[in-house]
Amino acid sequence: MTSLTINGKAVELEVDPRTTLLDALREHLKLTGSKKGCDHGQCGACTVLLDGERVNSCLVLFAGCDGQDVTTIEGLKDGDELGAMQRAFVSHDAFQCGYCTPGQICSAVATLKEVERGDASAVTADDGDIHLTRLEVQERMSGNICRCGAYNNIVDAVMETGGAALQTEAAE
Amino acid sequence: MNEVLARGADRKHDDDALPEKDGADAQSHENAPAHQSKRHDSAHLHVAGRAPYTDDLPEPPGTLHAYLGLSTIANGRIESIDLEAVRAQPDVEAVITADDLGHNDASAWQIGDEPFLTSGKVGFLGQPVFMVVATSRNAARRACRHAKIAYAEDTPILDVDQAREAGGRTVIDGMTLERGDADAALANAPRTLSGTMLIGGQDHFYLEGQIAFAVPGEDGTMIVYSSTQHPSETQMLVAHALHRPAAMVTLEVRRMGGAFGGKESQANLFAALAAFAADRLGAPVKIRPDRDDDMVATGKRHDFRADYEIGFDDEGGIHGVKFTYAARCGFSADLSGPVTDRALFHCDNTYYWPAVKAVSQPLFTNTVSNTAFRGFGGPQGMVGAERVIEEVAFATGLDPLEVRRRNFYGEGERNLTPYHQTVEDFVLPRIVDELLESSDYEARRQAIRQTNRDANGFKRRGIALTPVKFGISFTASHLNQAGALVHIYTDGSIHLNHGGTEMGQGLNTKVAQVVAAVFGVPLEQVRITATSTGKVPNTSATAASSGADLNGMAAKLAAETIRQRLVDFAVAEHGVPAEQVVFRDGQVQIGNREVGFAELVEEAYTARISLSSTGYYRTPKIHWDRASGRGHPFYYFAYGAAVSEVEIDTLTGEYTVERVDILHETGNSLNPAIDIGQIEGGFAQGMGWLTTEELVWDEKGRLLTHAPSTYKIPLASDMPRQFNVALAEWSRAHEPTVFRSKAVGEPPFMLAISVLHALSDAVASVADYTICPRLDAPATPEHILMTIERLRADSKTAN
Repeated sequence: MTSLTINGKAVELEVDPRTTLLDALREHLKLTGSKKGCDHGQCGACTVLLDGERVNSCLVLFAGCDGQDVTTIEGLKDGDELGAMQRAFVSHDAFQCGYCTPGQICSAVATLKEVERGDASAVTADDGDIHLTRLEVQERMSGNICRCGAYNNIVDAVMETGGAALQTEAAE
Repeated sequence: MNEVLARGADRKHDDDALPEKDGADAQSHENAPAHQSKRHDSAHLHVAGRAPYTDDLPEPPGTLHAYLGLSTIANGRIESIDLEAVRAQPDVEAVITADDLGHNDASAWQIGDEPFLTSGKVGFLGQPVFMVVATSRNAARRACRHAKIAYAEDTPILDVDQAREAGGRTVIDGMTLERGDADAALANAPRTLSGTMLIGGQDHFYLEGQIAFAVPGEDGTMIVYSSTQHPSETQMLVAHALHRPAAMVTLEVRRMGGAFGGKESQANLFAALAAFAADRLGAPVKIRPDRDDDMVATGKRHDFRADYEIGFDDEGGIHGVKFTYAARCGFSADLSGPVTDRALFHCDNTYYWPAVKAVSQPLFTNTVSNTAFRGFGGPQGMVGAERVIEEVAFATGLDPLEVRRRNFYGEGERNLTPYHQTVEDFVLPRIVDELLESSDYEARRQAIRQTNRDANGFKRRGIALTPVKFGISFTASHLNQAGALVHIYTDGSIHLNHGGTEMGQGLNTKVAQVVAAVFGVPLEQVRITATSTGKVPNTSATAASSGADLNGMAAKLAAETIRQRLVDFAVAEHGVPAEQVVFRDGQVQIGNREVGFAELVEEAYTARISLSSTGYYRTPKIHWDRASGRGHPFYYFAYGAAVSEVEIDTLTGEYTVERVDILHETGNSLNPAIDIGQIEGGFAQGMGWLTTEELVWDEKGRLLTHAPSTYKIPLASDMPRQFNVALAEWSRAHEPTVFRSKAVGEPPFMLAISVLHALSDAVASVADYTICPRLDAPATPEHILMTIERLRADSKTAN
């Protein structure tokens, strides 16, 4: 039996120990927002937040998530309204077919947190502060394939949401 | 819109219209909400994870799962199949082989060259041999591994060169396009040269793989939810597999997670087999291969070998060209005939060849049967044309752009294509002129040449402008037809259905905009519904960039039929002339009286006026005779151009795309935001095809690049550092298309040819621009490095 929190709700579920978090979400818990793209941890369509960090849920065993906190695309709403990143994806037309979108959005939410706490990326200058530049966002979002090629708009959506969050912080 | 309709719309956000982008036609109010940047109809669902794809649909109790067992050799015969161990695996309900199938022809035209499951001849490694049905997908997949199949193996024919050596067997007759006397032109030209270009294939890598879900109904009926671009063809093949009339089979497609041509014919097999199993077992059956099997077992973009001979003069004028386009088609015809035809249709791109002969060779190989992919052979043809230009530029020492402009189609003269259609709408020179200015091409090119000459390090830059002219229409003329179905309910809400399928291209949004425009109502009043063969029959594939052109027009005609009935009713009821009945802003002006749209609809219903209509459209003007190579296969052409700048590392072959400027025309765009998305996305996909996406088979015919770990698709980090995309706002279709818009699906894909030529320009710098790099595609870092080394060696020899 695995006990964990999913999108703020306590969940208890017993599955075959080989079951991935992705399959548990999709097939057992009917949370089908997270998508199966490659099942190899290489396309990012299954990205969810595990204790706030982004993971490819196809590479995580469900049984190993005991006591952890999972947030999927279904849990990113702000009450009854779409969350800020979700709204930005709508207003920037940051998708076409939409299949990679849940993973992109989960990844984008985590990206902003990683930038905020100062995690460096491959394109961060050795001595420099970390800024939310296009180059940083492009690099940090490169684990999520969008075959329709909506990258330009995805980066715009992430930049805008990040910018808005930073402004709120400055005002506080 | 009344309160009930607003609630029904279930769209809790206030940003219905997207922010206007560069080139967007913000001023257009005529035919609103057409021409406005409305967001995708499923946007609010996509971002919430609430847009169900086929794999997300609720499974009725008792649903079974199927998985395919694939061949492990590329060429030979199956001597024996022992599936006893497979049947004995836990949770296995059935194992199905070719012997179980009464009708076993998966080919769209029923020509018998491609079985659903093979029992004798094996045509490629990865060909479906049997199907396991189990209570879970995992159980079915595991069980497949226990098959014991004995083969008599033959040496496979794997590529174009091997196919030619083996006698050049084709999967369908090749085509020849000929105008003028190319041999004489070459003989009389001041200069000639010849060469060869290799052009790679491409995997679709739709993020949502192939999938079908078949649910048996009463009395032998079947409903199949399939991720298919061609519901009507899939329906026919399901009917064949079941031995039932098509009327007993319904295909439904709400949306696909990408398709790009990979679900035009490739979805058929999965749907037919799922339906066969569902029928036999009396239970719903879902089939979904994993990513690796999907890449191994389904067709891809054709790779080509293009051989060319060019006659030209010192001023860069081309006198004659001969092409042979040979394609690796795989083990069956599939769509290889029309794909290789379209390569020839684009061997001219934007250039007038005074004398031309182009021949296609659709070659049989022991590889997966290649299929449709965005551009449908056109990109390969066009890449060949651009190589010809590049060769002449290096031979004459002229700027490639100058050679391009010198050979552009003319107006009123020099305007006959190799297939004898006159180019009547050549707006390209204006696009190129405007793009040259906005991209500052000339100054940047001079600066790059200077920087490369002065450079001490290993980095070199390159820049190129390439144009696109793409023919719009299915070249099989009969496919250029479409149907739609529009109902208005008595509360004024509108139900829209059409034969096209939604794969992310925003087709449903565009067609709904057209219908809303006809009735002068807000877009939210039009409800888009899943594509179903039960609502609109005998549809063509959503392909050839034709989705909005054909279905938009059919829906417009359906809506206009109902509107005319409403006008006639208002005229009779209120005694006003017809021109005084105007539909606008959700209201209907009837003379001096204004009524709500819903109010008029209710009155019309009460007066027993039909509020439902079909619409049917067929493209005018087009005809084509393949045997003679003459006709008018395209209704019109779509144009665009791109300037790309790249930086290569001459030590490693690695590169970045620094800046891209695009100017593209989509006529009077139905939705500028969606069109710009198509242009950016098409460019990205084209760039992947020509740069990092390399398919590799080993000598046994085993695909080695069958997952994103080994097959490199463009990522966010591969996008141009600076990416300027604009629509040519002045553009209007010169034919009466739907609101004078133009198709956008495929043409922008070929804008990425500018990246290949920019890379070539950078590579050429290592030999001081004296040698044509003949950079083949895909230009992976490895190929760039090898080309650099070849150029350095050749330039030493030359000195």
